[in-house]
Amino acid sequence: MAARTVLQQADISRALTRISHEILESDHGPDRGSTRGSDPAPDLGPDLVILGIPTRGVLLAQRIGAILDELAPGAAQVGALDVTMYRDDLAKQPTRTPSPTSVPPGGIDSKTVVLVDDVLYSGRTVRAALDALNDLGRPRVVRLATLIDRGHRELPIRADFVGKNLPTSHSQRIYVKLLETDGQDLVAIFDEEDHG
Amino acid sequence: MTRLRHLLSVRDLDRDAAVGILDLAEDMADVATRAVPKLPTLRGRTVANLFFEDSTRTRLSFEAAAKRLGADVITVSAKGSSVSKGESLKDTTQTIAAMGIDAVVLRHSASGAARVLADSGWIDAAVINAGDGTHEHPTQGLLDAYTMRKAVHGGASRGSDLEGLRVTIVGDILHSRVARSNVWLLQTLGARVHLVGPETLLPQGVEGWPVTRGTDLDAALDDKPDVVMMLRVQSERMLAAYFPNEREYARQWGLDDVRLARLAPDTMVMHPGPMNRGLEISSAAADSTRSLVLDQVTNGVSIRMAVLYLVLAGSGAGGDA
Repeated sequence: MAARTVLQQADISRALTRISHEILESDHGPDRGSTRGSDPAPDLGPDLVILGIPTRGVLLAQRIGAILDELAPGAAQVGALDVTMYRDDLAKQPTRTPSPTSVPPGGIDSKTVVLVDDVLYSGRTVRAALDALNDLGRPRVVRLATLIDRGHRELPIRADFVGKNLPTSHSQRIYVKLLETDGQDLVAIFDEEDHG
Repeated sequence: MTRLRHLLSVRDLDRDAAVGILDLAEDMADVATRAVPKLPTLRGRTVANLFFEDSTRTRLSFEAAAKRLGADVITVSAKGSSVSKGESLKDTTQTIAAMGIDAVVLRHSASGAARVLADSGWIDAAVINAGDGTHEHPTQGLLDAYTMRKAVHGGASRGSDLEGLRVTIVGDILHSRVARSNVWLLQTLGARVHLVGPETLLPQGVEGWPVTRGTDLDAALDDKPDVVMMLRVQSERMLAAYFPNEREYARQWGLDDVRLARLAPDTMVMHPGPMNRGLEISSAAADSTRSLVLDQVTNGVSIRMAVLYLVLAGSGAGGDA
């Protein structure tokens, strides 16, 4: 097969573990000591909300959530953020099927939200995700984690946490396979002419 | 998902397509619970509500649905427009189409009007049937199915149909497009439908429908149906006498307080509205905890958002990328 394997199961799991550590390190939590007056800050629940972008971003977010749970129990909640209805190419593409959005009970207001996607490419999905977030509330900080950054951004968007930077050409395709949906953990790169 | 070119009849939907619309409506319902219950999805699209017959909930429901998806809405009612001067369906729709519209939501007193508009080539816009004569009211059928599915499966509704659900539809079947859309859609979704009403209000050809039928409401209630759907007595369509008088009708086929008390606690009572309280349904029944009448209205917006999305969001080619 003309596919070239880029990441195998162990690589993916190492990348997610590293991303989880980086998420914890970068999250200093809200400055709860400096609330005005003498009222103690209300308990807002965990500060970190990990939101996966369907389909595979949700699975990656769940894995990151599980790792965070071991590193710092109770520090993070996991959810899913569907961006279908916010895409800028709806009228140009065949009808897309939306996936459910699920936000943890504490909401996203004043939280640190980490968006998780499998592949970062043009940045348009993330743009749609930022719009979708805006309709759900006002996070304190929004960060972006991606398993693969393949370059070719069309918008001024960058990832804060990257599993692997993978320089590609437009004609190549990246396939992310995950155990839960595809029976195996694998990232592979195809040349379009081989695949087509 | 497959894009819909038009929505004219529930008979154009197979099981998977129907379940897909109900699932999509679940996502749309979630939007209503958000801080900003509005989506930008259909921004720049224009939906024309073209109502040749009176309507409150369907017209407002489509209007709310279109606005929640970010579309613009033009509403034309027969009263107060050139329709009352005798302008034809063709001229009226071509006139509003010339102003630039993407979808027409059509209600008309003639059965088949939506099909005529869709097949005529008069306009390019998508056509959604919002009730055509005594033929069909597809979005009502869908919202009724959604309401039943939600009551049975709750939060775990996605992907499921109505297999085995027993639905009894009572009253003026003859004039009811709601009954027809329900009969065909419920059959597609695996439910079993029983029709009850005076012999005079059962339509010709009902023998060919996938239903059982009877004239005795009390006998039908003895069978403990899961859903009892009461239909409005459509006096405005009754040019002849179909039953002796209203008291007689209410006693024979009305869901009164005595019959309400006989229902099992989890029996769903539904009515498409507007209700004739005291005729086909008593106030106690309409306002009881078993009544899903207001859920039907709420769910109607979600269903119409789903239908507008499927008709307007994608490009010409169908299917997921």
